[in-house]
Amino acid sequence: MAPISEMDRIRHEINRIFEEPFSLMRQGSSFFEGWEPALDVYENNDRITVRAELPGMKKEDISVSLEENTLTISGERKREEERKEGEVFRSERYFGRFQRIVTLSQPVDVNQIQANYKDGVLTINLPKAEAAKPKQIEVKTS
Amino acid sequence: MTPHAEIQRQTPRAPHDGREFILPPANIVATENGYVVEVDMPGVGKEGLEITVEGNELTITGRRTSELPEHELCYCETAHADFRRVFELGPDVDTARISAQMQQGVLILRLPKSEKAKPKQIEITEA
Repeated sequence: MAPISEMDRIRHEINRIFEEPFSLMRQGSSFFEGWEPALDVYENNDRITVRAELPGMKKEDISVSLEENTLTISGERKREEERKEGEVFRSERYFGRFQRIVTLSQPVDVNQIQANYKDGVLTINLPKAEAAKPKQIEVKTS
Repeated sequence: MTPHAEIQRQTPRAPHDGREFILPPANIVATENGYVVEVDMPGVGKEGLEITVEGNELTITGRRTSELPEHELCYCETAHADFRRVFELGPDVDTARISAQMQQGVLILRLPKSEKAKPKQIEITEA
């Protein structure tokens, strides 16, 4: 992957937000500050799946909520107590609050939503509402 | 382990089916007794973790164990590749006592310092 200059990256980010089928937003209006966990959003005929990479969190510190067709994933990653002492050689990992918002392109069945957190990955399964599933329409000749 | 002597490589020495590895972010903290290294490798479980020490080089490889849906519309921000990072260890690390734990996609490596590397108080006696 060729290195992208900072200006290109800003332009790419802005384009991405407006052009994508699922509109994803980040915390506040700042693109570059703090923790921005990466997300994947998959879709097939039956369901939408959202995968968020949230390593090192406790289940209780993750919040997933759905309001109309807006899915909000937020939480706080806390630093381990014992790690606060000692001489820091490298600090590349983010801590603190994060929030990602996914605007779903189709209505989902709220009662069937499942969220699972394993190996640091949060997987949210959102089955589509019956009305949203594509249906075959039979073509008749008269 | 000196911060300056650390080696980071993004491509593996022996290419693994042509795929590049991702360099996972790490935090390194040094205490009197040793070093604690924490590496973010979401999607990697205990089974997918491989740690080898060769001389003074410590190589961490994390293979994602979860299956991703294929042939579907995907808005993907994550890189679908495995993780690899190499660290060069200083002579003060006791490589025989290195321990590793995997917790929710975070590898916690403890690298104890060898006894002779620890600072010691020398007792002064009267002649």
